[in-house]
Amino acid sequence: MQGPMLIWLMQSTRRLWLSQCVGIATLAEMAAAQQHARDAVQSSTPPAFQTLDPATAAEIDAITSQIIPSTDSPGAHEAGIVYFIDRALSTFDADLHEAYREGLAQVQQKRKEMFPSSTAIATLTDEQQIRLIHAIESTEFFELLRTHTLYGLLGNPGYGGNRDQIGWKLIGFENRMEYKPPFGYYDDGGQDGNQ
Amino acid sequence: MSAATFRPSDPVDFLVIGAGAAGGVMAKELSTAGFRVVVLEQGPYLTEKAYTHDEIKFTYQPGLTNDPKVQPITYRKNETEAAKRVKAIEYGRQVGGGSVHFTANYWRFHESDFEERSQFGDVPGAGLADWPIKYADLEPYYTKAEYELGISGLGGANPFEGPRSKPYPLPPMPVKSSGVLFDRATKKLGLHPFPAPMAILSQPYQGRGACVHCGFCESFGCEMRAKSSTLVSVIPVAEKTGRCEIRPNSYVRKIESDAQGRTTGAVYFDANHREIFQRAKAVVLCANGAETARLLLLSKSKRFPDGLANSSGLVGKYLMWDNGGFASGSFEHPLNEYKSVQVTRVIHDYYRADPKRGFYGGGGIDARFDYYPASFALHGMPPDAPKWGAEYKKMLGTYFTHTMGLLAHTSSLPQMRNSISLDPDVKDSWGLPAIRVTFDYHPDDVATMQWMLTKQVEILEAAGAKKTWTTGISLPEMMPSRHLMGTCRMGDDPKQSVVDRHNRAHDVANLWIVDGSSFVTSARQQPTATIQALAYRAADFAGRNVRDADVKR
Repeated sequence: MQGPMLIWLMQSTRRLWLSQCVGIATLAEMAAAQQHARDAVQSSTPPAFQTLDPATAAEIDAITSQIIPSTDSPGAHEAGIVYFIDRALSTFDADLHEAYREGLAQVQQKRKEMFPSSTAIATLTDEQQIRLIHAIESTEFFELLRTHTLYGLLGNPGYGGNRDQIGWKLIGFENRMEYKPPFGYYDDGGQDGNQ
Repeated sequence: MSAATFRPSDPVDFLVIGAGAAGGVMAKELSTAGFRVVVLEQGPYLTEKAYTHDEIKFTYQPGLTNDPKVQPITYRKNETEAAKRVKAIEYGRQVGGGSVHFTANYWRFHESDFEERSQFGDVPGAGLADWPIKYADLEPYYTKAEYELGISGLGGANPFEGPRSKPYPLPPMPVKSSGVLFDRATKKLGLHPFPAPMAILSQPYQGRGACVHCGFCESFGCEMRAKSSTLVSVIPVAEKTGRCEIRPNSYVRKIESDAQGRTTGAVYFDANHREIFQRAKAVVLCANGAETARLLLLSKSKRFPDGLANSSGLVGKYLMWDNGGFASGSFEHPLNEYKSVQVTRVIHDYYRADPKRGFYGGGGIDARFDYYPASFALHGMPPDAPKWGAEYKKMLGTYFTHTMGLLAHTSSLPQMRNSISLDPDVKDSWGLPAIRVTFDYHPDDVATMQWMLTKQVEILEAAGAKKTWTTGISLPEMMPSRHLMGTCRMGDDPKQSVVDRHNRAHDVANLWIVDGSSFVTSARQQPTATIQALAYRAADFAGRNVRDADVKR
């Protein structure tokens, strides 16, 4: 096997979400969708949400902010993950709308069971949100949220997430077009190095 | 001269189907030899301007590969199962094909790879066979490929490799931290590490600049034209002859043949879904080990009721997979493996099959980093790490820069029951039957991968890893194959093989089949060098033979 095996896994997961809703797109539909996606991702950050209503956006922001919380460094909220998800659902992942609608409904159901007096995920305490996520962490919808959160955090800022390269700074990715050796600690110093 | 354009009604000398690793070489060799060539490529004609560092575009979305929404693929483990829609195979889909987005590992096969049946003996349940050619037959063409495309490496550094007539044209890429750690550990274990041969320029070569170590090789196209794809190396040479037309967005649905059993050209859909028949005196099929088989099976006629060139019934059979397991280790200091090419050091000590192991198989191991920022966060962390929350976030901050992997590239036995066939129900966006993949590992494939994983972990530990972990052996449907081999196997006996020793179809005198499909065995993966050496050899032969009356009408 060659190849980023993990990219496979990612695409497999995505396929799983799509498996119910995929008919065969016509070429014209594909081309139109791709053009739309290109246009949309190239435009500047939208001032408002394109597909999410504010209440739904607040719920998604609350969950994704527990996946990558704001700690001593910025997290999903500051990185603009909810804007990335909004952008994804209006462009390259427009076919995942229903997965979000159903998935969120199930999370709300779970919230009502666990915290009957609550009204929204966003207004739960941190501790309650963490308990809620533990209760849903093995669902397909959570894996979708996690995937979107991490692509939003660590993908190109042009898609609306990773604001100020918050994600790249977090993991130590420099995002330069070119590097020169030494690249890391162990290849510094000419130990059985370049031949 | 600028690129040619030909009228479909005007029979060209050669019609090449697929502008990838093999098709690009065939186009260059045949056009520079004086023939008029049209190359039909189903994907677009992109340039380096399209190749950005966009992980969302090139890994989350199909990017430079086949899109299962447009071209569904179905998978089943065996004939008794119903096939389900799964992207079980993946291939490059643009001018340059897989040579654009591959990692650029460029291993020659070993001498033993061509005669493993004789050396190892029969393996129950498998169709292990010798190749009709030997390493020595291919050696001049390996060398030619290395020089024409631009390969970096250190000749003679791999003590297990067959004799080579020339060193590599370019020195190896600078070693990374993973390579230094791997070097140290494998030497401590008495093994023989060597610099990875890579289709990436370590120095300027033939008008192209050297690699700048941006790190976006695997799954990405190279913005610097430093990855030696056919797109930037031989295809421009073909176009400059004025005798070669690369026709992108051309999706072939059938190779036509006449009552005498000779091909007359191919019918394809252009970008606007119009059907066009391009006439040709000879056809060279280079569509990859999956699409080549599908196209032959789609090209039925009265004379070829089971598909073109399929009198043996073996078109699509003996599909071999992209086998291997992955182990990771984290280290005390930063490695920053996201910088530069994925691989800088390799061992072949476990390559050769050894009956003493109790199973057939072997593999090479390379030190690498297989991730980009998001893919690492999703799938590169140790399995016992949290998947979200403050602790996960904190761990990401160190693991991304402190982790490296060891990937084994292991043998996949040819089994007749593993195949590419036409799905009876699912159609693609052009209304053609989808590729149906039937595949399961041979027990020896699994034993090899497991045995290799223990070696990978041993090396990581010897390198001083603070923590090691493996991803185990994946189910085939979770780990689609990018090395598409075996579905038109080569041989001297027309009853036991599809193409002859020069990659010409046994059944059709003016049809050549040149890509991974002609492989008799999988060797230890990394098929690109051998695909391209076979292409140079086939072009040499086809060029000489198309002039004689046997082929030319």
